[in-house]
Amino acid sequence: MPSIEVNDLWVRYGERDAVRGVSLAVEPGKILCVLGRNGAGKTSTIEAIEGYRKIAKGTVRVLGMDPVREHRELVKKIGVMLQVGGIYPRMNPRQALDLYAGFYDNPVPVDEVITLAALGSAQKTPYRFLSGGEKQRLALALALIGRPSVLFLDEPTAGVDAAGKQQIRTAVADMARNGVAVLLTTHELNEAERLADNVAVVDEGRIVAEGTPSELRERFGKQTVAFRTSAAIDVASFSQRLGLSVTAMGDNRYKLGEEAPASVVGSITTLLAEDGVDLIEMNAGRGSLEDVFLEITNGEA
Amino acid sequence: MAAHPYQAQAKAEIRLSMTQYESLLVTFGIPLLFLVAFSLIKVLPLPHGVLKPVAFLVPGTIALAVMATGMVSLGIATGVERSYGVLKRLGTTPLSRGALLGAKITAVAIIELVQVVLLAAVGFALGWKPAGNALEFVLAIILSSAAFAGIGLILAGRLKSETVIGAANGLFLLLLVLGGMIFPVTSLPGPIADVARLLPAYASAHILFVSSTGGGASLAGSWIVLAVWAIVAPLLATRLFRFE
Repeated sequence: MPSIEVNDLWVRYGERDAVRGVSLAVEPGKILCVLGRNGAGKTSTIEAIEGYRKIAKGTVRVLGMDPVREHRELVKKIGVMLQVGGIYPRMNPRQALDLYAGFYDNPVPVDEVITLAALGSAQKTPYRFLSGGEKQRLALALALIGRPSVLFLDEPTAGVDAAGKQQIRTAVADMARNGVAVLLTTHELNEAERLADNVAVVDEGRIVAEGTPSELRERFGKQTVAFRTSAAIDVASFSQRLGLSVTAMGDNRYKLGEEAPASVVGSITTLLAEDGVDLIEMNAGRGSLEDVFLEITNGEA
Repeated sequence: MAAHPYQAQAKAEIRLSMTQYESLLVTFGIPLLFLVAFSLIKVLPLPHGVLKPVAFLVPGTIALAVMATGMVSLGIATGVERSYGVLKRLGTTPLSRGALLGAKITAVAIIELVQVVLLAAVGFALGWKPAGNALEFVLAIILSSAAFAGIGLILAGRLKSETVIGAANGLFLLLLVLGGMIFPVTSLPGPIADVARLLPAYASAHILFVSSTGGGASLAGSWIVLAVWAIVAPLLATRLFRFE
């Protein structure tokens, strides 16, 4: 049975539908990444699933429970990380974790969570003086302390530096390996590509594509070939000889048109050798998740 | 190990309240300063028939302290928690709304108990000799707490945190002047004094003063005013409060 099951979810603010018929499911031990631009409906979706947004239509079940009617029972089994804040500004991480540990029957020992979240050196620093990365790691630690079966993470690495992002991603992946179902929202495509078992791309309140990152790349990513040479080439002549359109991208970089076959790679190297031009770099394959996202949404993540 | 969300939260609320130094200045510093200063330096008018300022100032500063704790300290702290998303975040844990409210009430009650003991002790040292009805005195403190906490939570639940700080402190100063806590409302111009008598600050200070001196003044009007505020303000807070 999926840990999270959502069918035809609608969330309405006044006259505006922020979420329009979203359906998704997350199995235990899996990470579903809800990907979308700012304002696409990610937070409304996750907060409706947590029970914090009024649902206009549809059904939501988390661990088989209704998140609104069975909220008291459900909150004992979920961990939530808000997009920002949510922690007493004057509390330090140890005090905040001590407080939250008191809310659960069998919390993870505070020292263990502090180590897991790499907060050892910051454990006595008031929240308002923590760095962006430390704040996010503390928020994650608070979400983990109750040994949740389901984790909701709303943009967990927003505003965090590269090292901090890696620490957070490692902790989230570890939780999934231990059987926790994770639903996380992000507008960072890189994050979705690295972490997610499944991705749901949300645009204007609807899921416009879903699948594993590789499935999405396969389905929506176009076969592309790009290369860089040691000197400029005559694009018109090269295109004619290759039998495919080549576009100059500047700085001796070139790109072939859409759906270039993989076999063209050999022809390119042969033609460049004939011209006495060295090949510096070549990339061939399906586009990244970012390319897929841009293709699907016609926008920026 | 069974969880005790209420206990954990109450402990945190008390620690946060007792380490918020700017708040302690308002809740303890100002009432104590007024009590000591105006008991020793007789510059303020006194109610008719009162010879020693301390007899008027101890109940007045207790009312002032309760107002500072319930309205200013609780209101500002809760407003800041709301704007920082702390309340929303707590809502995702097994801490129920009832337990959160209970923890806040516990913290306010403990601080008020300390305030009353401290102000009474200083009052005794300055020659205060209460001679009234202790039950009425305690009941008035309880009703005053409910009224001021209700007002504080209305401000906290509706306004932005920076606005709550300004509004709570502004209201505190206004009610301090109109409340008959430091000087009698009879010193105010007639129409203003009439309005002041409808405010919880005056009702609280008046009942505490009369019940601690054994004076024969009628308290019926003040009891009604205080009871209405003690019921309506928390009810309104419940209706108007927004967690985010």
